[in-house]
Amino acid sequence: MKVEQISIFIENKSGRLADVTQTLGDSGINIRALSLADTSDFGILRLIVDKSNLAEQTLKERGFTVSKTEVIAVEVPDRPAGMASILKILDAGQVNVEYMYAFVERCGGNAVIIFRFDDPEAAIKVLTSNGVHVLEGKQVYNM
Amino acid sequence: MSRAALEQLQLLRLQQTVDRVQQKVPCYQEKFARAQLNPGDIKSLDDLRRLPFTTKEDLRQNYPYGMFAVPMRDVVRIHSSSGTTGKPTVVGYTRNDIRMWTQMVARFMTAAGVDINDIVHIAFGYGLFTGAFGLHYGAEEIGSSVIPISSGNTDKQIMIMQDYRSTALVCTPSYALTIADRMEQKGISPKSLALKCGLFGGEPWSDEMRREIEQRLGLLATDNYGLSEVMGPGIAGECQYQQGMHIFEDHFIPEIIDPDTEEVLPPGSVGELVLSSISKEAFPILRYRTRDITRLDYTPCACGRTHVRMMKTMGRSDDMLIIKGVNVFPTQIEEVLFQAEGCQPHYQLIVDREGSMDTLEIQVEVNECIFFDEMRKQREFVDKLQKKIMSVLGVGAKVKLVEPSSITRHEGKAQRVIDRRKR
Repeated sequence: MKVEQISIFIENKSGRLADVTQTLGDSGINIRALSLADTSDFGILRLIVDKSNLAEQTLKERGFTVSKTEVIAVEVPDRPAGMASILKILDAGQVNVEYMYAFVERCGGNAVIIFRFDDPEAAIKVLTSNGVHVLEGKQVYNM
Repeated sequence: MSRAALEQLQLLRLQQTVDRVQQKVPCYQEKFARAQLNPGDIKSLDDLRRLPFTTKEDLRQNYPYGMFAVPMRDVVRIHSSSGTTGKPTVVGYTRNDIRMWTQMVARFMTAAGVDINDIVHIAFGYGLFTGAFGLHYGAEEIGSSVIPISSGNTDKQIMIMQDYRSTALVCTPSYALTIADRMEQKGISPKSLALKCGLFGGEPWSDEMRREIEQRLGLLATDNYGLSEVMGPGIAGECQYQQGMHIFEDHFIPEIIDPDTEEVLPPGSVGELVLSSISKEAFPILRYRTRDITRLDYTPCACGRTHVRMMKTMGRSDDMLIIKGVNVFPTQIEEVLFQAEGCQPHYQLIVDREGSMDTLEIQVEVNECIFFDEMRKQREFVDKLQKKIMSVLGVGAKVKLVEPSSITRHEGKAQRVIDRRKR
């Protein structure tokens, strides 16, 4: 039920994002979703790619600091208050969201949101028991 | 005093000091035994170079009171300096030591132009550091009126200088510039102050900085030198001719050595200053490696004083930095980084000066053990480092995370320090 995400440390200077994405492109890796958290000095780039092991290896070889984390992809109804309904369920289940970002592609008629939880196991349990659909990793990499 | 008479006094006092440490200080007993040296072997001043050196490491190993040559009941004061491993070095003074120290400070303050009519404004921090108390006692000895305002609160300092008519300013040279900056911001003219002289010390400063301070505060700025391990301020100080600091040779014998070979260099050479105290009771110290690089000038001074002059320090023979008047060793920062996550990231210290205040930025190369996917944790890590560095160094620093391999390396070794301050 979990999705592999790779995070890359990026200094806040011009051309670094281009370097990362070019490195991935040169190895034939396709980016499926991304988010960037930044401060004035540095940023953390988070990516879901189709080949995460290859991406991690390639980026490390190029001298980037990379870490792998497990996130969860959740189907969210694409209508007003769709997102709110999911967050309400998580709140009621006392699950904390560390961060989240949206996936580009839709799954059927629904949007896909990537979540990072402090306790992913508990989050999956809360979501599935409330009838929310959590996507498999394989499904996400090839969407 | 003629040089011959001075040398006779120096030899007598040196012999007494060697005798005393041989009897009272185990560290020196061991050093002399290793060098197969008896106190009786010191027959002339040239024999000084047969004595072993004393280093900061010796002081640290004998922390806190191991180097004291008198029982604690004879010690009336304790001071200390910052140390590299969190442990400071501790020094003690007997009543006679305080008297001698006071006289030496009074001596250089007089040479700098302070007299009984002056109002002396002491803006060094009062505490374990020797600066404030040293100058305080010296100024009182002269008979000046002392304002022990201590450091900080620049606006109040300026108000008191205006209202109390301070005539002599005592602080670090960089703080003198901070005061000048603040006055400029507030539109206060130096003419509204009564300052006539400034006695600055505690950190190295250039002649350009001297001219700037003199012009902006309207005073005569002199330099003085001291380190707590040897006594504190009062080891050497400039006269009004500003041609180097007279070392008070009746109490301290200076030598210049090559820091690598440890050979004594001929007069006039540039090298590391080594100091021996020859009249102190509680904490005598022989051939102390100050790590300060300078040159000695034995030619007569225009002021008529015969004591040798040391030039402004030109650097260090170790990697110590002086930031906002505080001694900082890169190894201290290394330890903080190591303790943070149990790994040793590459780092570089960038020292600069913004306006008149020193700044310290620590660039740390991110590696996997200090990289967190969550921004909150990453920022907490930076905050934790900054707080820890503040508590260990006593100086604030900005921690900046940088990408791996972005710090320049020479032959595989990262350059640890970049000092952009003008010398």
